[in-house]
Amino acid sequence: MYELTEAFRIALAQIGAHKMRSALTALGVIIGITAVTLMGAAIHGMDVSFERSLDLLGNDVLYVNKWPWTNMVDWWNFVNRPPILPENAARLNKIIAATPHSLLEVSVPVCVYGVSVKTGTHQASGVFLDGTTYAYARLLTADVVEGRFFTPEESDGGRQVGVIGADVADTLFPGQPAVGQSMMLGGQPYRVVGVLSRQGPFLGRFSYDNQIFVTIASARKYFGTPRNGGTEVRVKVRDPARMDDAVDELIGAMRRVRGQLPGERDNFTINQQQAFKSQLDPVKRVIALVGLFITGLALSVGAIGIMNITFVSVKERTREIGTRKALGARRRTILLQFLIEAVSICVAGGLAGVAVTFGLSLFIAKSLPNLPVDLSFTLIAISMLVSVVTGVLAGFAPALGASRLDPVDALRYE
Amino acid sequence: MNPPPEASPPPAALPRPRPIRPPGPLVIAIDDVAKLYVMGEETIHALRSVSLRIHRNEYLAIMGPSGSGKSTLMNMLGCLDTPTSGRYEFNGRNVAAMDDDELAAIRNREIGFVFQTFNLLPRSNALRNVELPLIYAGLPPEERRERARQALADVGLGNRLDHKPAELSGGQRQRVAIARALVNRPSILLADEPTGNLDSQTGVEIMALFEELYERGNTLIVVTHEEDVARHARRIVRLRDGLIASDEPA
Ligand SMILES: Nc1ncnc2c1ncn2[C@@H]1O[C@H](COP(=O)(O)OP(=O)(O)OP(=O)(O)O)[C@@H](O)[C@H]1O
Ligand SMILES: [Mg+2]
Repeated sequence: MYELTEAFRIALAQIGAHKMRSALTALGVIIGITAVTLMGAAIHGMDVSFERSLDLLGNDVLYVNKWPWTNMVDWWNFVNRPPILPENAARLNKIIAATPHSLLEVSVPVCVYGVSVKTGTHQASGVFLDGTTYAYARLLTADVVEGRFFTPEESDGGRQVGVIGADVADTLFPGQPAVGQSMMLGGQPYRVVGVLSRQGPFLGRFSYDNQIFVTIASARKYFGTPRNGGTEVRVKVRDPARMDDAVDELIGAMRRVRGQLPGERDNFTINQQQAFKSQLDPVKRVIALVGLFITGLALSVGAIGIMNITFVSVKERTREIGTRKALGARRRTILLQFLIEAVSICVAGGLAGVAVTFGLSLFIAKSLPNLPVDLSFTLIAISMLVSVVTGVLAGFAPALGASRLDPVDALRYE
Repeated sequence: MNPPPEASPPPAALPRPRPIRPPGPLVIAIDDVAKLYVMGEETIHALRSVSLRIHRNEYLAIMGPSGSGKSTLMNMLGCLDTPTSGRYEFNGRNVAAMDDDELAAIRNREIGFVFQTFNLLPRSNALRNVELPLIYAGLPPEERRERARQALADVGLGNRLDHKPAELSGGQRQRVAIARALVNRPSILLADEPTGNLDSQTGVEIMALFEELYERGNTLIVVTHEEDVARHARRIVRLRDGLIASDEPA
């Protein structure tokens, strides 16, 4: 017990007496731990950011599309499907209403366009335009911070009104209230009736910030009805915890809407935002591979350095080892002493590596807010564990050698 | 150089009567012990056949010319080294049958070793150096410190606790080493040429300290090749070529 505290004392004194040497030796570990924590922080950051984007887009929404989002390999299976029509949504709502204890709440048709929008003085291009109905308000995860979403009357009457995202509002109407103003979409004047709260940037499909919602009837009138995937039906489910059952119900309902015969394959696909998560996997894998490669390389170099320095330390202190043995130090006391010395250098290097990563992640967060980096406590714990294991592996051979020294030989060593 | 006679009498004179304490129980018993070193073709008989009995309360000097095997014998008695053949019993226990940890425990609790070259830890102060055997004995810090302080006071260094070895004179360093050897109250104190690295006056002081330790109840074995030093002991064993040439009272 007291031998252990003594071993730590000796280790600290030893590192203190050879600061430069210890720092240089720890360099490999510092680089290795920096690489592994940076990698972990990047991967974790992507996950966190993706979860956030899911929350923003709504984790309780199913998308009925002609195409699956993720799997485009066998496109020939999908290309001949009849298009999803906005009218499908209305039929679906009737079926939902007629189903007791339906797991589905409401469905809305959405026609998606990419457009430019302008006022007399300002212009924004590459904006997502969604034509939809008033019911979309129930799917919206952003708040309407100014004004309101469009009403059933506006929706059914195809009135030229729109709700805009925060970025669109900033671009078109900088420093002034947007509600009540007019904007030009495809040469047609639209009145802004609402502005959405800012969601911020994230990984994922898109955010509402760069989005305009208009009534679907007016959108179809001026921009046409997109046939090949541009029209979809979004369905809100009542309980995200029962997503699988909801998907089953929706498939059954959609088959009725589309008049499909039993045994026929579905001519539509139910997509979920969750599916995008797996699209990040290859990216994460590459980051992990590169990170692990650098980490492994740096840690092996670091471990060899520490092994070497521990051998040197044992050599330099051979007489001291002899003296300690003569005074009653057991083998494992000596073993522990040098092991703890090696581990201490590693852990110091590991802490330095974590500090470097922490600094870098602060810097990245400041300069590149879109690149998510998140240094978690688990990550710090893992890197400490890695440091300790590296130290034990590197220090074991020299420490064992020291513990097995013959006291007389050690005392006689010049 | 030579102090006035009334301050410190010359050691050769030994003016005051030297008490001889009655021998206590047997501590060391070696029988027909040999130590060989094989160096390539050549075999060196550091010890050929040595048998010896040492009791508690003895003050023994081991003498002999250089290379006669004094240090080899001493390391063996101190359980730092094991004989090639022969028996060694320490306090009735067979040392040859002991494993490494048991030997370490004997060295820690039963034997105090003093070296010619002091072998103090250079970066630790006197107190820490003396504490070392107590750490390996598993004593708590406060008790360690107290006993180390007392041991240093006993060798006249109560006012040098914080000094590093480099900040002490040779004689003071050897006193720290003696305090360290005695701090765990061993059965026996072994000293291999304790005055070999000291000037003669300091050597005299160390031998006076040994005399004092003996009179206070310690059992001592001192290796030396100086007759002046050996004369302090109560019994002198002379080695020659790895054999005991003589064994008689001083
Ligand atoms: N590790 C060793 N390897 C080979 N030979 C050794 C070893 N240790 C001691 N010897 C030899 O054993 C013999 C006895 O050595 P030892 O050190 O016991 O002598 P000593 O009486 O202490 O001499 P000194 O008075 O010079 O210290 C010497 O001939 C020495 O060369
Ligand atoms: Mg010798």
